[in-house]
Amino acid sequence: MIRSPAIRRPIPPLLIGFIVAAFAALAVTWRPAIERIAPPAPDSFTPQIISRGAVLAKLGDCAVCHTAKSGRPLAGGRALPTPFGTLYSDNITPDPETGIGTWSREAFRRAMRDGVSRNGSHLYPALPYEHFTHVTDGDLDALYAFLMSRRPVALEAPPNSLYFPLGFRPLLAGWKMLFLQKGPVPIVIGKSAEWTRGAYLTEGLGHCGGCHTPRNIAGGEQTSRAFAGGVAEGWRAPALDGSNPAARHWTVDALQTYLTTGISPDHSAAGGPMGPVVDSLSSAPPRDVRAIATYIAAMMGNGVSRPALKLADNPDGATKAFPQGATLFAGACAGCHSTGAPMLGQGRPGLALVSNLRDDIPTSAIQAVLAGIDPPVARRGPMMPAFATSFTDQQIADVLNYSRARFTGRPAWTGLAKKVSQGRKEISQP
Amino acid sequence: MTITINVNGSGHQVEASPETPLLYVLREDLRLNGPKYGCGLGQCGACTVQIDGKAAFSCVTPIAAIAGRSVVTVEGLAPKGEMNMLQQAFLTEQAAQCGYCIAGMIMRAQALLDEIPQPDEKTIRRHMQPNLCRCGTHMRILRAIRRAAAPNASHLA
Amino acid sequence: MSCADPSRRQILAGGGLLVTFTFAARALGQLAGGGEGGGGSKVKRPDLLGSLKSTPRLDAWIHIAPDGRVTVFSGKVELGQGIRTALLQVAAEELDLPPARITFFTADTDRTPDEGLTAGSHSMQDGGSALANAGANVRMLLIRAAAAQWRLPREKLATDGHGNVVGPGGLNAGYGSLAATLSLRVEARPDALRRDPASYRTLGRNLPRVDIPDKLTGGQSYVQDMRTPGMLHARVIRGPSYGTRLVRPKLAEAGRMPGVVAIVQDGNFAAVVAEREWQAIQAMRVAQASDYVRTIPGLPVEDGPHRLQKLEKREIQVLDTHDPAPGAIHRSQGSYSRPWYSHASIGPSCAVALFRDGTLTIWSHSQGVFDMHRATAELVRLPPEKVRVIHTPGSGCYGQNGADDVTAEAGLLAMALPGRPVRLQWMREQEFGWEPCGCAMVTKVDAAVGADRKISYWNYEVWSNSHNMRPVEAGGYAVAQELLPGFAKQTPKPISMPEGDGDRNANPLYVFRNMNVRYHFIPEMPMRVSALRSLGAHLNIFTLESTLDDLARGIGEDPLAFRLAHMEDVRAREVMIRAAHEFGWANRPRGDGRRGCGMAFGRYKNIGAYCAIAMEIEVERETGVITVHRVHAAVDAGQPATPDGIRNQVEGGIIQSLSWAMFESVTYDDSKRTSFDWGSYPISRFSDIPGEIAVHIMQRSGTPFLGAGETSQGPASAALANAIADATGVRLRDMPLTPDKLKAAIGLAG
Ligand code: FES
Ligand code: FES
Repeated sequence: MIRSPAIRRPIPPLLIGFIVAAFAALAVTWRPAIERIAPPAPDSFTPQIISRGAVLAKLGDCAVCHTAKSGRPLAGGRALPTPFGTLYSDNITPDPETGIGTWSREAFRRAMRDGVSRNGSHLYPALPYEHFTHVTDGDLDALYAFLMSRRPVALEAPPNSLYFPLGFRPLLAGWKMLFLQKGPVPIVIGKSAEWTRGAYLTEGLGHCGGCHTPRNIAGGEQTSRAFAGGVAEGWRAPALDGSNPAARHWTVDALQTYLTTGISPDHSAAGGPMGPVVDSLSSAPPRDVRAIATYIAAMMGNGVSRPALKLADNPDGATKAFPQGATLFAGACAGCHSTGAPMLGQGRPGLALVSNLRDDIPTSAIQAVLAGIDPPVARRGPMMPAFATSFTDQQIADVLNYSRARFTGRPAWTGLAKKVSQGRKEISQP
Repeated sequence: MTITINVNGSGHQVEASPETPLLYVLREDLRLNGPKYGCGLGQCGACTVQIDGKAAFSCVTPIAAIAGRSVVTVEGLAPKGEMNMLQQAFLTEQAAQCGYCIAGMIMRAQALLDEIPQPDEKTIRRHMQPNLCRCGTHMRILRAIRRAAAPNASHLA
Repeated sequence: MSCADPSRRQILAGGGLLVTFTFAARALGQLAGGGEGGGGSKVKRPDLLGSLKSTPRLDAWIHIAPDGRVTVFSGKVELGQGIRTALLQVAAEELDLPPARITFFTADTDRTPDEGLTAGSHSMQDGGSALANAGANVRMLLIRAAAAQWRLPREKLATDGHGNVVGPGGLNAGYGSLAATLSLRVEARPDALRRDPASYRTLGRNLPRVDIPDKLTGGQSYVQDMRTPGMLHARVIRGPSYGTRLVRPKLAEAGRMPGVVAIVQDGNFAAVVAEREWQAIQAMRVAQASDYVRTIPGLPVEDGPHRLQKLEKREIQVLDTHDPAPGAIHRSQGSYSRPWYSHASIGPSCAVALFRDGTLTIWSHSQGVFDMHRATAELVRLPPEKVRVIHTPGSGCYGQNGADDVTAEAGLLAMALPGRPVRLQWMREQEFGWEPCGCAMVTKVDAAVGADRKISYWNYEVWSNSHNMRPVEAGGYAVAQELLPGFAKQTPKPISMPEGDGDRNANPLYVFRNMNVRYHFIPEMPMRVSALRSLGAHLNIFTLESTLDDLARGIGEDPLAFRLAHMEDVRAREVMIRAAHEFGWANRPRGDGRRGCGMAFGRYKNIGAYCAIAMEIEVERETGVITVHRVHAAVDAGQPATPDGIRNQVEGGIIQSLSWAMFESVTYDDSKRTSFDWGSYPISRFSDIPGEIAVHIMQRSGTPFLGAGETSQGPASAALANAIADATGVRLRDMPLTPDKLKAAIGLAG
């Protein structure tokens, strides 16, 4: 389990200002509890609406956050490390005591739209209500039907461990005044139905910006830099706008393949927190995934002509610059990533295509080497071992800089060993 | 090129190119049988050794990476002709079929016990996840690890 | 060689009874052993038991030196199944000696009896019975010799468990001195008295396996561990999978790599030989950086296993009874299938070969060293007596994996480099790409229950390739078609019943009326295949036991009671009842949408061990993910040699079968297999292993050995499918039973 080590850290001045504002906001944002109801009988919902909700739950990745490692689906308890401390996801099965069994439809809608729990307390924005607020009533009701027809699981989530004073929930009211923009996803005239559906799913339930948009100091998404790349659980969520570093264009087809299988032969494999997202999308309706792919491809400027990059492979130059990295690469990486490797004959992208190496920020490249990559869907797919115990920080830095030099020709990452050491703190394999 | 590596408590000078994965040097130069070639891809754990006390895949660890670090193989867990507590537990449980995976299993399990002497079942299973066994000896491997973790427990499921 | 064993000469020099070996004629004759095809040796004495039928002379099995040292020879091999220990126990028991007093040699074509293949759960039935009776014969001869010496009636004498014959008044003679007075160059007699099970000292006890200590401490246990002076390391240079050829392998470039001693090339076969293993691997990678072409028809991407139903077939009628068929009150129809499986041994196949002084010696972990020594001789164009194959254990194989191929290839390389031992190991991806897969199969069943609540008719069809492609001639090796001139491919043959191959266990042990069972044998192969643990029994039992469950459910009958109502074999009934009892079947949690229990039964080949399995599982309806909570199995393997050894085999068999049923299938596009690593061919990992497995061994003291190594493969997969049906009401018929198939069947609303 990942726990943040120090609970007390100096609080930046901006944050203090924000806290003061939050207290001021408190008075006007107080919310009442909504009456408990008797848990609705599962058969009070039609199979049609439950099915619709099941699909939406996949598109929204509900189970990804609301399921603990090897825990029961949707019963919560998953640790969500954030810059502000560790949160644990809530139990959203219809258990009356520990889950949402006594929540009415209204209470559920309010939680999704306003980030307010049934009892009136504010929810942390780890529940991405700034996205869910865009979801239609019909879809929210379907989701409600799906969740309320699950098996109730009695499981209390562990208490959050947040840096002082963030454990004080009323502060969140202030946060919402700043960052929660309600209302539907705007319709853009002249866009295809597919794009429009994609916008709705991506911006709303799919909450892709939750990871792929950078956040400000208070943890709000920087809407002015939407999809410019963010962080998720110690990995970097790459930019999905024009600054995406891919060597080859992400076409709609390539994105769809990637989102449902975890790998695109022209790009790379899904690592870290993207794995569970792919797992969820792998069984979502292809039409909806395609809509998401269409919207994102458009955002990345697909269609705007970009010169096709010639794929780099400059072993000599890279060896000169990083001789130690070259040696390590030859023994540890070449079996999969170099000439004659079986993987390359099996449709796995060469390293010259891999975005993590091309990215100016090395976070995901570091994590991929430290923690490896698990096949995202049903245990089948790309698999890379964790090198955390094989290599020292400096060795990982060497091998990464060698790979970057050899396969991308981009300037070396600086201060890499230190960043590896930071990345290492995120993993805990003995 | 001559490289000095520290294996099972003593230094060895080996004549090999520095990128050579540790696995081949252990097997060929040091004539150790414990670490096995299973995939060479870091996917099966047959080659597992301990590097500085942690379980690592020797098939994807070049010898250049282990200068100044200490390597332990299954041969190094106990003096020749003897077995440590975990090996003894594997023997008691008869935890092997073909046994090709077993040295790697022992090395990974030992790394866990060194860090958490009494791990719970979930922790053991999660920790052992990287290592494969095709013969299906898992129940016995788990029993052996539990036995080594709690040698005096009267009821070992 | 470092696999320490005294040479034949040393044994002879020890002076004693072992003079010559009696090898049976090598023509393909009546099968004496193996049961999975294979060459086998000819039956000479049908009145004897097990492999004594083909090798009746006692000196082929047992040697007693004047100093009392006992050497026992077996043609069966250790595959990780513990057979070495079990056979040792059998010999020790019947010779009435402590096992530690016996030096035990297994399959070596120059030294041990030809017992055919070690396969098909035959080792105890063939090899165990042979050793038991040979031992009994030798003990009888020793007692007779003592009786003659002491002029006493034989009935007054006994053996003491320590290698002595003892008689009244403290008379005592060691086996060594007695053996010196008689010859074992005699054929066994069928009536030699076996030891009384009531006084067994070794058999039936949990003797710790003799091979395990080395495996825990890094001893030299495997052919992979062999190191001999001057040994070279080789790697073959190949396309991605069977049926492909590299267009332009960069052989010259590879030849210039450091440490490379030779590039061996013959036709399309090429290999690199280097001083060090890592050098060989690196040179191989350089050479393999080439495009490939397909050399045989494409793979069945569209149809999967159902391609079999479109190919030309040969009809084999397995059963055809025309009993009166009362009307049907409930009917079950369906088609079942399994995909191609990989043996997926953890260690890729390996062999060491040395050609010196005109003789080729190969250390191999093949299950069929006797066939291999003939077929390899043909391949390398030597007379069979110039090729010696010595079995040396490898990683578990579960059937014909790459072991035979790699042995033949090592032989070719050694011939090219006389005087130097060559160690060849396949790479992981070569093992996945080139080994023969376990056959894909399809079955179709139409059955019904009549008004008397019994099965009224049973129509059954099975489509399968031959599971019997083990090389008995040079053309059986993949490399044989790469050479120039090459060898024609070995012709696929079915194995006849009662063993069967694709139709193994297609003949129900249950008593049904009005049966029609047909085997559509398909000679043409969409994918290279051969034997995989349990052959056709896996899908046949899966189908049979799924259908029984369906029928029972359909008429509201308890699955156990329904099975018992159709079973007359008492031992079969008893294992079912035992498994159910230990499991707590009567009070099991009833299927509630998520939890559920299932059971299944099979007697392997209807002539091997009996096995019944009950299982409790849980399904996550949201995802289709299955968790197996607990499994209870009851096994009747006749007289168990080592009960714990059987338990170990059955536990492993259950885990492997569940892995087949839940996760596995060889993937491919039309030009190549795309399963090449553990990410593209996932098998069970620790997170998938059942919470509990308990194996209960039936006490069957003194009854004949029944092979148990494969008996759980069919029942475990079937019990899983039945538990899924109980939990969810959904019947899954096409393995692997993956979460997405289950989820699709449950429906989104879950
Ligand atoms: S051989 Fe190293 S992990 Fe498989
Ligand atoms: S015991 Fe054979 S692979 Fe584990």
